[in-house]
Amino acid sequence: MNNTADIIMIFLVLTNMMLLGLSRLGACIRIVALQGIALGFLPLILNHWDIEVHLVLFSIVIISLKGIAFPWMLNRTLRELATQREIEPFIGYGISIIAGTIALVMCMWLSSRLPFPEPLMSPLIVPVAFFTIMSGLFLIISRKKALTQVLGYLVLENGIYAFGVALVGKQPMLVELGILLDIFVAVFVMGIAIFHINREFDHIDTDQLSRLRS
Amino acid sequence: MILALLLIPVIAAVLSLIVRNDILRRLILIVTAASHTAITITAWAIEPQALWNGWLMLDKPGILFLTITSVLFLACSFYAFGYLAGEAKSKRQVFEEETFFTNAPEAIFCACIEGFLGTMTLVTVSQHFGLLWVAMEATTLASAPLIYFHRHHRSLEATWKYLLICSVGIALALLGNFFMVIAAAKPGSEGAAIVLNALIEQGHDLNIQWLKAAFLFFLVGYGTKMGLAPLHTWLPDAHSEAPSVISALLSGALLNCAFLGILRCYQVCSAAGEAQFCRGLLVLFGLISIGWAAIFILGQADYKRMLAYSSVEHVGILALGVGIGAGATFGAMLHAVNHSIAKAMLFMTAGNIIAIYKTKVTKDVRGVLSVAPITGVLWIAGFLAISGIPPFGIFVSEFAIVKSMIEQGRIGIAVAFLGILAVVFVGMSAAFLNMAQGPKNNDLQAKDRPAMAFTILPPIALGSMALMLGLYIPPVVENLLHSVASAIGGY
Amino acid sequence: MMTPLKFFNPVLGLVIAPFLLGIINRTKAVFAGRTGQPLFQPYYDIWKLLRKGAVYSRMTSWVFRAGPVLGLAVALTAMLLMPFGGLPAAISFKGDLILFVYLFGLWRFFTVISAMDTGSSFEGMGASREVTFSAFSEPALLIGLAAIAKCTGYISLTQMFSSVVPELWLRSGPALVLAGVALLIVFLAENCRIPVDDPNTHLELTMIHEVMVLDHGGPDFGLILYSAALKMWLLGQILIGIVVPIHSGNIWLDTSAAIVGMLLLAVVVGIIESSMARLRLLHVPQLLIGATTLSVLALVLR
Repeated sequence: MNNTADIIMIFLVLTNMMLLGLSRLGACIRIVALQGIALGFLPLILNHWDIEVHLVLFSIVIISLKGIAFPWMLNRTLRELATQREIEPFIGYGISIIAGTIALVMCMWLSSRLPFPEPLMSPLIVPVAFFTIMSGLFLIISRKKALTQVLGYLVLENGIYAFGVALVGKQPMLVELGILLDIFVAVFVMGIAIFHINREFDHIDTDQLSRLRS
Repeated sequence: MILALLLIPVIAAVLSLIVRNDILRRLILIVTAASHTAITITAWAIEPQALWNGWLMLDKPGILFLTITSVLFLACSFYAFGYLAGEAKSKRQVFEEETFFTNAPEAIFCACIEGFLGTMTLVTVSQHFGLLWVAMEATTLASAPLIYFHRHHRSLEATWKYLLICSVGIALALLGNFFMVIAAAKPGSEGAAIVLNALIEQGHDLNIQWLKAAFLFFLVGYGTKMGLAPLHTWLPDAHSEAPSVISALLSGALLNCAFLGILRCYQVCSAAGEAQFCRGLLVLFGLISIGWAAIFILGQADYKRMLAYSSVEHVGILALGVGIGAGATFGAMLHAVNHSIAKAMLFMTAGNIIAIYKTKVTKDVRGVLSVAPITGVLWIAGFLAISGIPPFGIFVSEFAIVKSMIEQGRIGIAVAFLGILAVVFVGMSAAFLNMAQGPKNNDLQAKDRPAMAFTILPPIALGSMALMLGLYIPPVVENLLHSVASAIGGY
Repeated sequence: MMTPLKFFNPVLGLVIAPFLLGIINRTKAVFAGRTGQPLFQPYYDIWKLLRKGAVYSRMTSWVFRAGPVLGLAVALTAMLLMPFGGLPAAISFKGDLILFVYLFGLWRFFTVISAMDTGSSFEGMGASREVTFSAFSEPALLIGLAAIAKCTGYISLTQMFSSVVPELWLRSGPALVLAGVALLIVFLAENCRIPVDDPNTHLELTMIHEVMVLDHGGPDFGLILYSAALKMWLLGQILIGIVVPIHSGNIWLDTSAAIVGMLLLAVVVGIIESSMARLRLLHVPQLLIGATTLSVLALVLR
């Protein structure tokens, strides 16, 4: 059990690193989908593979949302766009990966200092969750294309969700579903917004959305 | 009763999407607002029943903010009737550029604004932090299409910034939620339920480190939604590009609801004995917001943006008031009421000015008093109200905050506060008075807008309310404000 | 202590190393549908070159002539440090993995200065590229070895690789996989294989290693070819040390398994070369930074 959780965490770290270094939007969408699917299995794994109905239901909902629905919506938006690649971002790809590595080391150090109420299943979960949150924020801040910013938001939510699943255990079902619904609608609305941005401006370069100043 | 409060806007939103007739849709809007306000006022007299095992309950802070929201929404729905009647259906030219734009379908406007009311109501009645989070994110999603009502470049840019920045902020607040669950967890048991009353009961059993981290994330997360500097970057754009009635609702109701989220966490922290830590942070963010807003109000070219920065300033005053504590908490709660009323009135009046002059640039607007006398008087009255001039209400609330500051011996903060307020006054007075006075421009017609009464009466009503609250606060309101202040942990 | 068994290890490498090149070339030919060179062609090439005469430019100095010889000397020294299969290294002491990495740096230094000694801008360009890319690949190599050291708990190469047993894989599998992938990328980079560099290209814009040794001819070039083969053998030994964790105690079994592993590694490299295109020069640092990141992850994630 320990090992499976570890492997999923390492997979998460690798996907985050790839997101930091890739420029092709289609590949980025697929990687975020893989992240979502991996996280969908996390509640079951953390419960030692005991099959409880609501856990299984929950995993299915997450996997279908994050693995199927979101990539489908984002790919539809991607099809409308002229370019399939991210333009050179504010922080270059090589430096992004180095920054990601430094962030990972920092997260591991930070998590070793936090006092946890109960012993955790794997020592990797909390640092990797924090690292995922930081990569999501990094993607939002440093990338120019609106679509990559939405992907950054999804990665941020993935990280927060991983943290929640690891530490918080059983949340009321309603709240979990509410959170997922909110994220779904958020991505939906953002997708529509990107569609409109593309129609209005003929690009989705948010760096050029700067008419409104001071 | 709470169920009615939540369901009425939802049903109205669905109806708005189905109904084809414009006038009928606007009437639905007004009826929704009126019934919502009626039920809210009934809730003052009769304590509504708690639902869902205490998850949905109207406690004192909840009923205060719900009333503000409801009354504001009533005024805005009347205004929206006139506003939508006056909006042209075909392509029009953008004020600032040479391009053309259209409006979004009116059905979407009405449905989204009613959904907005429903989600804000849910924020005020939620006692469970998870549900509060869901409602807060839902308000962002419901209001984004409203900002994009005028479909052109600038509003799209404003909508994108709003969506992204607020969603990221609220996602950080979700992390704060999780920290709070860890703080409340007892070893060996299942995940704790983060219901407000249960957490307050736990009080000193809560884990202090995690609780402090939770408050910090709540402050940053919901503070983004509230408009605290330096997280406020979406606010000037969104509030200036949205239609004026939406700006009124955003400034008057939404910022308060976001503040409620922070206050709920503050309540838990006070119960755990960490009030000092939270107050320090609130004072810091409050002062930064007031200062930042003052810098950007000076020399602001666009008067709606100036009003937006004024919202940032007043939100800072709210945070500062709660941060000072004792009597200033009462002042902050009174300020929430007064600011909402005055700012909504100002935005509505600004909307009227835009409809007449067709520009948002301060320099290009002259002689409002001559062209449209009532609007001009409202504009000056609004300026006096928002700057804290007696006899309007904001004077009383700001006075209460400063009095508490001096009583506690924090003279430095009081001097800085008053100084910045003076700077803001100077900055705004130049703009407001220049706009109102001046020679009459005979080209402009103020009289022939359709359903004009609907756009004049709500600001007059709100203005008189602001005046009345400055002169005389009804005892029932004052009692509510005092009980809210003590519930939050003022005294 | 020098026993005959410890000498067997370097001798094995000296004999088999060029064979790896032959296997790689044959694999690429099979993928391309050709018959390809004979498997022992590299031996014939080296023998042919050693019997030729050399032409030296008047612009060069003793550095130019010393470069290949020193390179071969360094490679032989490194061979003494590396264990293989069940055979321990000829020389081993605590911390010899650092010496190992720095021997590669020394080898690179000699190649670069003998290239720059010709005074041609062509070789200078190759030298600058080589040095740039090695600045990214050396951390990957060092940190990758450090990750394995952390997993096994030893910092001497012999002891490290002799304790990579299947139980270690069960305990720290992910870290070993990450380190292995990082070291594979370093292998491809250091031996100028696709996707970092094409060994068959002769276009100025795309050469890195070939251009540095362009002016060497005859015996010098033969020595350079041979030391390049030894380099491939050395880096391959690290990979086999991780991937083939068979230490049953029977030396013949372990060593045969390791030799089979090396031949399979050569086939895998041939497959990689046949199925990918060369990366743009601008993207090579990204690949190597990725390799460094993987090694750091292996080190940090235990």
